[in-house]
Amino acid sequence: MVGYLIQRLLGVALTLLVAAALIFFLLDVLPGDPARFMLGINASDEALNALRQQLGLDQPAFVRFGQWLMGLFTGDLGMSASQRAPIAELILERMQLSLPLAFGALVLSTLIGLPLGILAAQNQGKIGDAGLMGLAQIGIAIPNFWFAMLLVVVFAVTLKWLPPGGFVPWAENPAAAFRALILPTIALALPQAAILARVMRTSLVDVARQDFIRTARAKGLSKNQALWRHGVRNALLPVMTIMGLQFAFLIAGTIIVENVFYLPGLGRLIFTAISARDLFVVRSALLVLVGLVVIIMFLVDLLYALVDPRLKKRAGN
Amino acid sequence: MKNSALHLAGLMAATLFSSTALADELRLGMVLEPPHLDPTAGAAAAIDEVVYANLFEGLTRIDQNGAVLPSLATDWSISDDGTRYEFTLKEGVTFHDGTSFDAEDVKFSLDRARAEDSVNAQKGIFAPITNVEVLATNKIAIEIANPQGDFLFNLGRGDAVIVAPESAETNQTNPVGTGPFKFVDWQQGSKVILEKNPDYVGDDVYLDRAIFTFISDPNAAQNAMLAGELDGFANFPAPETLEIFEADPRFNVVVGSTEGETILATNNKAEPFNDLRVRQAIAHVIDRQAIIDGAMFGYGTPIGTHFAPHHPYYVDLLNTYPHDVAKAKELLAAAGYESGFKATLKLPPPTYARRGGQILAAQLREIGIELELVNVEWAQWLEDVFTKKDYDLTIVSHVEPFDIGIYANPDYYFQYDNVVFQALIEKLNITNDEDDRKALAAAAETILADDAVNGYLFQLAKTGVWDTRLSGMWPNSPVEGNDLTQVKWAN
Repeated sequence: MVGYLIQRLLGVALTLLVAAALIFFLLDVLPGDPARFMLGINASDEALNALRQQLGLDQPAFVRFGQWLMGLFTGDLGMSASQRAPIAELILERMQLSLPLAFGALVLSTLIGLPLGILAAQNQGKIGDAGLMGLAQIGIAIPNFWFAMLLVVVFAVTLKWLPPGGFVPWAENPAAAFRALILPTIALALPQAAILARVMRTSLVDVARQDFIRTARAKGLSKNQALWRHGVRNALLPVMTIMGLQFAFLIAGTIIVENVFYLPGLGRLIFTAISARDLFVVRSALLVLVGLVVIIMFLVDLLYALVDPRLKKRAGN
Repeated sequence: MKNSALHLAGLMAATLFSSTALADELRLGMVLEPPHLDPTAGAAAAIDEVVYANLFEGLTRIDQNGAVLPSLATDWSISDDGTRYEFTLKEGVTFHDGTSFDAEDVKFSLDRARAEDSVNAQKGIFAPITNVEVLATNKIAIEIANPQGDFLFNLGRGDAVIVAPESAETNQTNPVGTGPFKFVDWQQGSKVILEKNPDYVGDDVYLDRAIFTFISDPNAAQNAMLAGELDGFANFPAPETLEIFEADPRFNVVVGSTEGETILATNNKAEPFNDLRVRQAIAHVIDRQAIIDGAMFGYGTPIGTHFAPHHPYYVDLLNTYPHDVAKAKELLAAAGYESGFKATLKLPPPTYARRGGQILAAQLREIGIELELVNVEWAQWLEDVFTKKDYDLTIVSHVEPFDIGIYANPDYYFQYDNVVFQALIEKLNITNDEDDRKALAAAAETILADDAVNGYLFQLAKTGVWDTRLSGMWPNSPVEGNDLTQVKWAN
């Protein structure tokens, strides 16, 4: 197990290094001068040069890459070119929205998706199954942003139960922050729940055909008892993989929902930084995202080993 | 669990956290978030839209009709040759951090803006200044190389506000000015909050608090307004939704003018646009009203040259090249392009460009000009079109007030090089007499229209939407900014 851990951790470190290099050099070749963007069309060459120097853009690429890597280790990511604030601070500030949002959506989608999937599998081939899977199909087909807009129109504009968007920092008013996240969480969670329900159902139906379930039935367990005691745990493996991927999507791909609810999340930070050619912010924020995803996939791998002892054994060898 | 959470939230909404506005609070929506809050170190209009006249003040200020009014300078005199200005400053003024304001701060601000390492986006405003001299704590003299007709106006722009040496370096994140509002908080990605400055010397403002909320998505903006989360948008981003607000008794829709001349900018050095007949042909085939109706839902005023229609110097040149497809084809044939040609049209993100581009392409197709539409982001537009001049045609709104002078620079991205025009502008710059200035401006406007330097489309409208109980909001925007000093709620 320890050897497996070390091997996986080395993999994580290598992935991050390669990702850092890719992000840095790909962004470096993007057209667009941050100084020109900030000072606009009437700026004089003098002013532009002064700003480029301030931003350190006059140094060669590999020097800047080295400085950035050093900064990553010390936690000093430098200053944002366009927003003139420490980048680490900017990213952390956005995290107080993006992380709870992603976690909340993941928890909510699990709470809805897994029971529904199990319920459908239990009723495989019956009307309940068809109905649930039909609903799930609709859930998958509906675009996130459209569903989000619908939620706003119903719950914010018409019923006025919840705010139509915006965010209040937790420190300022935790209740308001929570309220601000309710609709976005639902908008993000339901389509994911639909996916989870389908995967859970399919996986459980597969497991139900396995010999060990038949053995359990032969011992005298009812079909549902056999599924609950022996089936669900085994069916969770593919579901966990999907959940790992979903979390990656929820943390990085929420920009559309952030736009509908005008939330200051990580997605918006990256989007505005890209359009302002603030590559300092873009590359650090991207690497943070990559880091989160890599760590989550790493944790999912570890969980696999816990859920499925066969994997632990294989990893131990 | 979900139900109880909703229930709990509903309870809290009903009791503790009611979202209706305080009586003297204004919650204004903006499309773009400012990158920082120092108007002397960036071009983004969003900076001025928060801080101009509210937080920072200059020697002069511009009112809602574009007239120059006293601000930190209460009075001034100009020498007979027009090269020396003496200003008397308001007394007893302090910056928001408590440091006092005097002539040294003015000297510091102007010297900083014109210094070699200055990152002021409008450094050109300060280029003519040769000397800034402190005469007394409340008196300052500015000397300029040549007389400048619009010098007092320029001193009233956001780029020329007065800052203190103690706080100049940190104004980007913690702006400290002399204005009637002071900075409270900036929640990055979300909002900026200003509060009434109790120590302000001058007329008190009516509002206690102003909150600028940034919403880039037009749908989200509309929902925020309809849900009562915002009191208004000085310039609502989606003209197609204005009907909804017009039908809603809670809101007023106020259509005003901006300084934005929206033009089909043309590379005058690129083939075949270097041929006057080709540019004339394009001018003949452009149907301005169709573009205004199709791209801007009817909001906008047609222009025939690079000049704002509400300006007293404006000359109506809309009929220089009236809509005439046959004539356009003739001109194109005479230039040797009987069967037309292909060109690219680069379109930056705003609606006027993206939608306008499609309509324009259809219009030019009538005379055989096939346009390839290329969408670009602003950063790319600045690099390719503006800096490298690598383009045929582009659509863009030039939002600087009184900016006809850009045509006198042959290196500007239109690459228009006309010595007669250049001489006219030079003369205009050093002329102070109002009638002479008007005549010179008119002559310059006419040359641009005749030469069909660019396709002149329309003046961008300012489509404001705000609560009917609000008064004092500016219908027009002669300078970039949202001056809240006169805004108040009806009782």
